[in-house]
Parts: sequence; C-alpha cells; structure tokens
Amino acid sequence: MKKVYIYRGFERFWHWTQAFLVFFLGFTGFEVHGSFSFFGFEQAVKLHIIAAYSLIVLIVFAIFWHFATGEWKQYIPTLENINKQIRYYITGIFQNAPHPVRKTALSKLNPLQRLVYLGLKIVLFPLMITTGILYLFYRFPQDETGIKITINNLSTIAYWHTIGAFLLVAFVIAHLYLITTGQTLTSNLKAMITGYEELEEEKEEVNNENTK
Amino acid sequence: MKKTIGLILIFLLPALIVYLLFFEPEYKPTKLELLKQSLQQKKKSAVDHSKFAELNKKFEHPQDVTKTCISCHNKRDIEVMATSHWRWLVDEYMEGRGIISLGKRNTINNHCISISGSEGSCNRCHIGYGYNSKNFDFTKSENIDCLSCHDNSGLYEKEKESAGYPKSNLDFTKIAQSVGRPKMDNCGYCHFNGGGGNNSKHGDLEEALYTANRNVDVHLARDGGSFDCVDCHTAENHNIKGRLYTVASMNRNRLLCEDCHTATPHNEGIINEHTTKVACQTCHIPIYAKVNQTKTFWDWSKAGKLQNGKPYVVHNEQGNDIYLSEKGEIRWESNLIPEYVWFKGTATHYLFGDSIKQVPVKLNEFNANYYAMNSKIYPVKVMRTIQPYDPVYIRLVSPKLWDKEEGKGAFWKDFDWAKAIDTGMKYINLEWSGKYGFVETEMYWLLNHMVSPKEQSLKCVDCHTRNNSRLKAINDVYLPGRDRSLWIDNTGIALILLVVFGVVVHGGTRIIYQRKKKNHEGDK
Repeated sequence: MKKVYIYRGFERFWHWTQAFLVFFLGFTGFEVHGSFSFFGFEQAVKLHIIAAYSLIVLIVFAIFWHFATGEWKQYIPTLENINKQIRYYITGIFQNAPHPVRKTALSKLNPLQRLVYLGLKIVLFPLMITTGILYLFYRFPQDETGIKITINNLSTIAYWHTIGAFLLVAFVIAHLYLITTGQTLTSNLKAMITGYEELEEEKEEVNNENTK
Repeated sequence: MKKTIGLILIFLLPALIVYLLFFEPEYKPTKLELLKQSLQQKKKSAVDHSKFAELNKKFEHPQDVTKTCISCHNKRDIEVMATSHWRWLVDEYMEGRGIISLGKRNTINNHCISISGSEGSCNRCHIGYGYNSKNFDFTKSENIDCLSCHDNSGLYEKEKESAGYPKSNLDFTKIAQSVGRPKMDNCGYCHFNGGGGNNSKHGDLEEALYTANRNVDVHLARDGGSFDCVDCHTAENHNIKGRLYTVASMNRNRLLCEDCHTATPHNEGIINEHTTKVACQTCHIPIYAKVNQTKTFWDWSKAGKLQNGKPYVVHNEQGNDIYLSEKGEIRWESNLIPEYVWFKGTATHYLFGDSIKQVPVKLNEFNANYYAMNSKIYPVKVMRTIQPYDPVYIRLVSPKLWDKEEGKGAFWKDFDWAKAIDTGMKYINLEWSGKYGFVETEMYWLLNHMVSPKEQSLKCVDCHTRNNSRLKAINDVYLPGRDRSLWIDNTGIALILLVVFGVVVHGGTRIIYQRKKKNHEGDK
C-alpha cells in the first residue's frame, strides 16, 4: 500500500462547496415547494436564488478546471468491468472480496461511478440549471414585441425541477452510504478531505493479473 | 511576475481604502420619494369667485346659479352633458353584445335593484335638478347642478326625495361665491353613501376617509398623502378619470396605480415581476371596510313583514339596519378579507331581459383568466343578494320601490311584491308573467381605495402557502409553495424510501457478515 495524492486542492474545494450548495438548495428548495417551514417562504426563496447563482459560478469554474487539467477523461463511460462492479456490490463486498477495479490517480472512478457521475453532469445538473433559470426568468408572454418564450404556465418547469430535486436527494443518500464502501469505512471520506488515499501499488496489480 | 502583482497590490489597496473612506455614494431618491416631492405643491385656485359681480346677487332658484355659471363658463355645460355623471349612461362595446348604452339609468344591481320608477328618490345623487322620471329632458343645461361638485363652502346639500333639487333654505349666493375645485366631501356626498347609507356599496369608500389616518388609507389620510379625490381622478372637459366596473365595460379612461407609481416601484426585482400578473391592489389592500361596516348580503325575500300593520327597523350594535320591512334582511361586516379574481379591464353585464343561465346570477362578469392578455389578479368585494325574478320568463325583474304616495304600486309604501313588480315592469316596457320568486345574485366590486401602509401589505406566504392561500380561488396558474403534482411528490418520496431501504438492507447485511467473520476469527 502506498499513499497517493488523488484529489487536488481545487477538486476538493469544488466537491465540498458543491456538496454544501446542493444540500442547501435541496433544503431551501423543498421549503419553497411547501414541504415544511424553516426560514419562511420569502427568506427561503432569496437564499435559494443566492445558492443557485453560487452553484452556477462554481460549475463554470469546475468545467474550466476539468478541461484545463484533462480530468474530464475520468468520466468517459466504459462497460468494461461493469458486471464485476455490480457483482461486487451484490455479493463480493459482504465477503470482504477486493475491489474489482483498481483505483489510481489516473482512474479514480469505477465504471458505475463513471456512469452515475456522468449522468449527474450531463443530465441532472443541466436539467436543474435549465429549469431553474426558466423558473427565475420565465415570463408570461405578455408583451408582443419582446422576446417570447411560449411557455404558458410555470407548472411544466416546476414539475421537472421537482423531479430533478427528488432524484438528487436519492443520489445524495446513496452517495453518502457508498462513501463507506472504500478500502476501509472512512478511507474515501479521508481522501476527499486530505487528498491522500492509501492505494494498492502497481506491483500488486501484476500479481492480480497473474492469478487470473 | 509575483513582484508585479505585489506592486499592484501595494498601490491598489491603499487607494481602495481611501476611496471607501472618503467617497460616499451619490444619494439617489427613490421613486416614492420623488413622487412625494411632486405632490407637495397643492393646487390653488387662481380666481376668487366672491369678487365677481355676477355672483353678488340673490338667486331665487338653483337653476339661476347654473345659468350664471354658464354665462361665463360658456360651453362647459355641453361638456358636462356628455358625461356619465349627467347622462347616467355610457356608450361602450361589450364583448358578445356589441355597442350598448349602459349606466345607472337602465342597469340592474343587487342593492336597490334599479332606479326605474323610483327616480325621484334615487336621483338625489344625479348632478341635475328634476330627474324624477324616465322622461327627464337631458338637453336642458340650466338643470345642471354645478354646485354639488364645485361648492367649497360645505353648505350645499340636496333634499331627500326631491329628484336632485337642493334644500330650499340654502344661501345660494354664499355657496356660489365659494365655488372651486371639488373637495373630498363633494364626491363623498354621493360616492360614500351609494346604496342608501355610509359605505353600503363599495366597502372601501366611506365617510371615515374624511378623518382617516394612514392605517386606513395612505393616500387620503390627513397624516398621509392628504389627497383630494380629484388629485388622482383628474378630469379633462369634465370627463373624470377612473371607471367602476359594476357598470363600465371597456378598458379605457382607467385610473391606474401605475400612472403615478410606475409598473416597477419596488426595490426588489422579484416583487416587481409580480406586477405582470398581480395588480398592486391585491397586495396593498389586504383588508377593506376597515372602519365602518359594509353590506355583504341582502335578502329581499324577507322584506314586507309588518309589526301591528306598520313597517319596522332592526339595528345592529353599529347602528346599521339589519332588518327593514322595506328592504328585508341585510348583513353588514367590517375588516373584510377581499376575494380575488382575474380582471383584464373589461366587464360584461346582465341586462334587463336577459334570461338567467346560471345561479347565482352574475350581474357583472370579468371573463378573464390567467391566459388572457393583460389580465391580473385583483381584489374584489362580492355583494351577494337574493332578489325577485320572474320564474316563467326566467329573468330578473325591476320592482317599483319608491313613491311619495301610497297606492302607486311602490313596494316601500304598499308592501305588495306583485303590484310593485307589475308597475316596475310596465315602466321599463318588459313583459312579466305575473309570477315571481327569489334568486341569488352576485356583483363584483373592484377594490381600489383604503390602500394600507407598505408594512401592512401582503407577505409572500399569504399566497405562497399550501393551505389557506389567499389565492385559493385562483386555480389556473401554478403557484410555488401552494401547488404541486401529488403524483410527482408521491413517486419522489417512494424513490427516497426505496433508496433508504436499500441502504439499510445492504448496510445491515454488511454488518451481519462482518460480525460473523469476527466471531469466526474469534472461534479460531
């Protein structure tokens, strides 16, 4: 085992800020939705909007960072080993079997993570941001002269925003649980805080290959 | 590189500190402050009518005053005779009906139903002398009552049941010499007392406004805007701005809050955005009939009961009539929460002769919804009444209510519905089957006055709340905080529960296996 620097400073900053913003947006969002009352409707709306703009700024920086560093390649989906990974979560994990896909600084994500995170990045986040922006800037097509978006009612926008929100809550719960499925219960969490994680060394992989 | 950044910081930071310390941002007055400044100059009359020789004489008849007015203000009489205040009619296009002449002269309402046959009493509030029947000559300019609007002495008063003539003992010379711009009491004399009593009809226009404080009405209050009615209700050629959609039909000559306050008067953009679909009045008139009670319900079917053969009256604690033999049962209420409707500036009306298609019969309808261009949510007072109709022809009837003498068919003298309806219907030349019943009617009164101080305006949560939203009747628009798709919510909650269940099962299994393994190792 060897300590590897796996999550860089910006990456950790991005992850935790995004985590906080998503949690906060969910909380204020469901208050605006009418699910409960904490800040009060007016305050919840204001905070939700501030958090939404912050998240958009963060995402713009994150996109730039992903392309500037080439880290975007981490999310290229692959079907290779995906069955092994599923089998690991269904059976292997209980018997303390080793992780089927080796984690390295160049390939941090297992095939399931790749799929789910890519889904977040190209489906769920764009859905939330698009519907969110429409929610903010949607106007009844009152003025014949101006730019006219022929959306007659807020309900469609609101419904898709709500669907996305429920999916994000489901993701967050699963994500929080799956943190504990690293080498040890806390190794994933520690890695995302410190940036360092104990990973198997190259040599072991060679051994693995031989045993196959 | 680092050196350059360092140098820039060394110069920029102190500059920034100096700027922040010594340069205050330029003061920009808000739109409301600018508006208040513009209203500080009150209009003063340029002439003193008491100095005119023409007015320095004794007037025998009120018409003599009018003729004297016209002798200087020539052609003004023609202007006045073109207004609805004189004609009691407006020619307007009504959706689905074409051009209609409608006004107090021929309309039906659910207070005292109609002026037809009762002109001598109702027309105390006409700006003319002698409008005591449908045969009144609307072309005689000497019958214009200039003084009812322009008296500034406060001495002028019209006589009861005298078709608009003033009391006979008035000092017309003194009154004529006082004339000027209409004051609140000139308008209020009729507009506060419509429907036979203070605040009876409108709910937001009443005598308390003469002395009200800001909590009642920020504009009219003496400690607020100190407005007179005509400060907003300006006139051009005697045609006064502002409509009342219990009789008006078209979207024209309206007086809007936006005329002074602009469409975006708030500091916060998200509040300004509401003005696309929410009228100012909706948030800023959270409550009406703040001082005195207003009529909300009237049951004409209970009228006619007598005690010892004589009509009688029952008052409530506030002194309002809750039962009269002449009028039936009346409900009065104060501090009312408005009802809310879509309104796009147009209305249609029930006209005499129309058959009843729905109960309650809507005497005026706004025919608007969320999707209609220019429609906004407005607060209204809804007047609900049970009034006589003809069950054979299925239409509302116009009973004759008032007369000076018994035996002329007037309900208020003879207490005989059949006779009163028969007389009234003959008077308006509409057939009647000879049978009558009572039917529920509704009338919508837009609320525009009694604007509250901004601190008392509605808060977001008054509408944006799951239960008890003020806008619960407005259901053709998605309102965040109030509305949701139950299907989406339930599916979403089910999904979350499913994930939690999965976590518990998976995590639990891991723990169990871990324990087994430990025990196994322990056994070893």
